[in-house]
Amino acid sequence: MSERVPAIEVDALAKSYGRLKAVDGVSFSVGVGEIFGMVGPNGAGKTTTIECLEGMRFPDGGAVRVLGLDPRKDGNALRERIGVQLQQSALPDDMKVWEALDLFASYYRRPADWKPLLERLEITDKRNTRFSKLSGGQKQRLFIALALVNDPELVFLDELTTGLDPHARRSMWDLVRAIRERGKTVFLTTHYMEEAEHLCDRVLVIDHGRIVALDTPASLVRGLKGELRILFTAEPGFDAAPLRALPGVARVEKNGNKVIVAGQGDRLIVVVVNALDAAGVRFRDLRTEQPDLEDVFLALTAESGLDGGAR
Amino acid sequence: MKGFWKLAWVEIKIYLRQPEAAFFTLVFPMLLLFLFGSIYGNKPNPFFGGRGMVDVSTPAYLAMIIGSTGLLSIAISVSSYREKGVLRRYRATPLRPAAVLASEVVVHYLMTLLGGILLVAAARLVYGLRFEGRIVPVFLGFTLSSLSFFAVGFLLASVARTARSAYILGMVLYFPNLFLSGATIPKQTFPQALRAAGKFIPLTHVVNLLQGLWIGDPLGKHVLELAVLAGLLVVGVAVSAKAFRWE
Repeated sequence: MSERVPAIEVDALAKSYGRLKAVDGVSFSVGVGEIFGMVGPNGAGKTTTIECLEGMRFPDGGAVRVLGLDPRKDGNALRERIGVQLQQSALPDDMKVWEALDLFASYYRRPADWKPLLERLEITDKRNTRFSKLSGGQKQRLFIALALVNDPELVFLDELTTGLDPHARRSMWDLVRAIRERGKTVFLTTHYMEEAEHLCDRVLVIDHGRIVALDTPASLVRGLKGELRILFTAEPGFDAAPLRALPGVARVEKNGNKVIVAGQGDRLIVVVVNALDAAGVRFRDLRTEQPDLEDVFLALTAESGLDGGAR
Repeated sequence: MKGFWKLAWVEIKIYLRQPEAAFFTLVFPMLLLFLFGSIYGNKPNPFFGGRGMVDVSTPAYLAMIIGSTGLLSIAISVSSYREKGVLRRYRATPLRPAAVLASEVVVHYLMTLLGGILLVAAARLVYGLRFEGRIVPVFLGFTLSSLSFFAVGFLLASVARTARSAYILGMVLYFPNLFLSGATIPKQTFPQALRAAGKFIPLTHVVNLLQGLWIGDPLGKHVLELAVLAGLLVVGVAVSAKAFRWE
């Protein structure tokens, strides 16, 4: 097999629960060494998809290859080579951190040495702590350590940072990047757009079980052709009407002293500031707002939401 | 296999870290022994066929330990592992699912056995417990009884949706089994109607079997008990195999 074989190949994946189509014809592929993110609202089909890839669930339709294996037929061979962090899982309350690592290492044919993992995940001082006494962030670190205990080629992280404080979230991101730097492929789901934007090489947006977009975060943002917004505070009595006539300006909103100029084009800010200066308008607190992945996400899922409502 | 034995070993350590589980299996039977032993002693008594209170009670307490590990410990630990997602986490590894369940059986069997050995040793040392049977049939009877009640525990964990309902189901079954079977209060003191009712209580058959084997009955004398327990085992395994859910 050549290096070019993708880590994950999904073709027309479908999975229903009763009449609900949780995943409805999803196709994509993930390259080796990629950090690939899947985002979508709750119930969009993220966890169902990831669990079909992990071999925890079996699809009703479509084809799935993970590391060249069929998760249904070669489940055990696959589980030897992947690392999994599940959204809802736990360890026995009274199991100690070192026991969990030692135990999980014994399940694999070629386990990694787990002691350096404790160090890398900064839980060495918790090695004798029972699972129930760990904080949320420490539990997540332990689960990542367990996902890495077989030195996997591909790591699945399902809502890794849900429920963590911003600091813990940032340090999880560093961990994920470190996993990739060791040459591993990472497949993650999240509902934090910020996380997808900072972490992922490519992002798949899913809603109602269907792909609504798949691209790099930057291209997704660019693709939105989002408007740039310029916000500032003007002096009382400021007449905003002339701004409407400027090139590139789509809208002007005035709310008391606060003005928002929305429009498009790289020169928008220059045009607006020059116009204000030329008119002798004094302004302060000027800032701009650019669309981010969150805007893309809201725009995309709102569209497919309307579609979903019509069904 | 390495994973299986390691899991069993870790589960034993965890079991002993949980005071409530360890208490009912290892400590409570001895407390009962000391309570009734201090009241009645172990003097030969025609009421017990020339045997002492402790001679008759000890095999009955063995049945009590079996009842509590099966109906309570297994049912509660398996259903709470499922509810919390422990079973899910194991399923995402190459460990065979059957190994997880088998380790539960091994751990609970060893704990039941340990509880039984502690009880018998205490009864022997403190009250001079008499044993007129043979080790092998007692061991076989004890093992069959344990496996049958474990199967019922798995059945409860399979049909209960939550750990809480498994706990309630276990308790609802455990107490009638405990008191009506003669596992705590000697059947010889029961009125006739209560004894008749006891025949429909599964643990009664464990008490009868172990008390019989303890005084040297051959296994052949307890075909009814053996059949009931084997039936319980078959039904428990069959229903669990069909209804058990991993999540």
